[in-house]
Amino acid sequence: MSAGSVTIRVRRGAPDEPSRIETFTVPYSEGMSVLDAVMWVRGHVDSTLAIRYACINANACKECMVRVDGKTGYACTSRLGADGALIEPLGNKALIRDLVTDIVPPKERLDAHLEEG
Amino acid sequence: MPELDTDVLVVGAGGAGMYAAVAAARAGARVVLADKSLVGRGGATIMAQMTVAAAVGEWEPDHWTHHLADTVEAGRGLCDERLAAILCEEAPVRIREMDSWRVGWAREDGRMRAVMAPGHKIPRCVYVDFLNTGPAVAKTLRTRVAQGAGIARISGLSIADLVVHDGRVAGAVGINLEDGQPVGIAAAAVILAAGGLTRLFRRNSASANMGGDAYALALNAGAELIDMEFPQFFPIGHLAPRLVGMDPIMWDPFRYKLGGRLLNGRMEEFIENYGERDSGVYTAPRDITSYAIVKECAAGRGSPNGGAYLSFEHIPEPELRLAFGPVIDRLAKNGIDLTKRPVEVAPIAHYHMGGVRVDERMATRVEGLYAAGEAVGGANGANRLSGNAIPEAFVFGERAGRFAAQRKDEPRAWRSADDAQAGRLVERAHGAGGGEAAGLGALLRELQALMWDDVGLLRTEHGLSRALGRIREMRTDELPSLAPRRKAHFDHALLDWLDLGASLLAAESVALAALDRRESRGAHQREDHVATDPARARNQVLRLSADGALDSAWADIVAAPHARAPLEAAE
Ligand SMILES: Cc1cc2nc3c(=O)[nH]c(=O)nc-3n(C[C@H](O)[C@H](O)[C@H](O)COP(=O)(O)OP(=O)(O)OC[C@H]3O[C@@H](n4cnc5c(N)ncnc54)[C@H](O)[C@@H]3O)c2cc1C
Ligand code: FES
Repeated sequence: MSAGSVTIRVRRGAPDEPSRIETFTVPYSEGMSVLDAVMWVRGHVDSTLAIRYACINANACKECMVRVDGKTGYACTSRLGADGALIEPLGNKALIRDLVTDIVPPKERLDAHLEEG
Repeated sequence: MPELDTDVLVVGAGGAGMYAAVAAARAGARVVLADKSLVGRGGATIMAQMTVAAAVGEWEPDHWTHHLADTVEAGRGLCDERLAAILCEEAPVRIREMDSWRVGWAREDGRMRAVMAPGHKIPRCVYVDFLNTGPAVAKTLRTRVAQGAGIARISGLSIADLVVHDGRVAGAVGINLEDGQPVGIAAAAVILAAGGLTRLFRRNSASANMGGDAYALALNAGAELIDMEFPQFFPIGHLAPRLVGMDPIMWDPFRYKLGGRLLNGRMEEFIENYGERDSGVYTAPRDITSYAIVKECAAGRGSPNGGAYLSFEHIPEPELRLAFGPVIDRLAKNGIDLTKRPVEVAPIAHYHMGGVRVDERMATRVEGLYAAGEAVGGANGANRLSGNAIPEAFVFGERAGRFAAQRKDEPRAWRSADDAQAGRLVERAHGAGGGEAAGLGALLRELQALMWDDVGLLRTEHGLSRALGRIREMRTDELPSLAPRRKAHFDHALLDWLDLGASLLAAESVALAALDRRESRGAHQREDHVATDPARARNQVLRLSADGALDSAWADIVAAPHARAPLEAAE
């Protein structure tokens, strides 16, 4: 790890793709959140890296729940230490892609309304 | 057959969209309420922590005509007074209705508590304790839409285009994010409630979903936009050190209660140099404060991260604790001790005054197409009063829902050929293919920097022309070549690509309108035209021509004067 940067490991995959861990080096700044690091990767390295988030700072939307070093928490309020972190999707929800899991209430899903016709 | 068929499609489920859905459903319409994020969570509504302006008149005598007078004064001659009057007259009705739905407005002695906010002459801003207005409002409306018969809520459905035939809306197409399925929705009426565009600017208080979709959807459907040159900047947004879990505009109540010294990078007070006073209390108006901070930075006197210092070091700790006890602890968790070092603040893009041009039924010039909430332009003119945005979402949302529902028995304009539209959208998005990875992020960053530097607080002919030229290039030449390769489930890059397309069109409309307004007025400040020109007390109206070019024209303001009612008459 070079000075001023930090390494995150992200578990990626989809139901039809094998799970794998990818490593990214991102610029480090004091107090940055796990979401800051993931957003940096999305903006600079790979925009296909999928994660759910809306409010970024406010901790209002509650969409960004992931596992950080095995512990469940909001990506936007979990601080990233200088020695990095392992970021994984929630283990108790169906995986959709990368860090995105199925947290949509059943009645708010498209297929619930397609069936109604 | 389209995938879905409904009377009213509501695009966006913030305060405006949820209220619209409730109103349309109670008028007997079947509603689809779609949000690209989770219903009730993705936009500005849930993030708002402060207050809601409405002449409820319980705390102190008030009347909506007084609220209107303050709104029109703040709007610097450009308000659509019809819309402003509707906003002010119906705000108390909606606030009471929300009260009956138990949102929990703060009360004292049984009376709804109202506080003063800048620009209001009467304390009329209601709130939910503690700094909980937005979350409480969002939760209440989420419950209402869940209980409303005939409302189909769909989270994770991003609307990308409207379907229009002969000037009449037929429905919309979008993408279901979870499985990448293209979705066609036939509807007798569509309501655009997709919120604002502050994400276009490098520094902002936006969520990920405030990239200007509503404006692009409206333009592409043939509707008009108005007052697009007026984004509102909040002067002392939090800049550094990194602060999470808190509203970036949180320093405002601090400085009201305690004062606070605004200092440049050399630790000198500087507001004096811009004709205002600081001396530890800092009461300068928002636009002057924003301008002064940006000018200090441009002159090389900014704070390390490119803003100004806000210092509370002169205030004893017990006093800080007394005023903001729990917040002081949350700050400590973020490593911030206000008694030891100042924080850095800077102006941030916070709200958009401009938007879709509507009449008093919230109808656009496209038959069956309505708009509501921050997406609408006109009510606030060149500058919005603090606390006017949430009532705007409620009032315009309710109206849009009610009037759109009247179309429920209209025959659908959807044609069988439209069934393939959604699929074509996805094909188009992936058409060029291969534009993987970093390109989209780089383009968005460049756009945000351009908007901030040249279309933000310091505007000149040269900077605006440069920005406009570059944005056009990005929109027509570069974006198409960046279309991402297809992924089936939660295609985040595809979403980014669609978002960016909308953002570029919205950005172009802001830049064009700002270039053409060669004067300074309200939130629009031109360095090369510093005076307000009375001849330009007119609105700019934008439209997309058949060849995809953006055109601007001037229109007379809509005047509808109301005298202030005597206050005894209130209630
Ligand atoms: C941090 C912050 C604090 C604020 N504080 C206050 C305050 O104290 N008082 C006040 O009056 N105002 C405040 N405002 C402004 C106010 O919150 C907003 O103007 C208002 O909530 C807008 O409501 P809306 O329903 O129009 O939009 P939003 O609440 O932004 O909702 C728009 C919705 O549309 C969705 N959407 C967007 N595009 C699409 C698409 N293509 N397809 C499907 N869905 C889409 C979004 O995901 C979002 O959920 C604040 C704003 C912010 C950002
Ligand atoms: S991004 Fe909204 S709570 Fe984390």
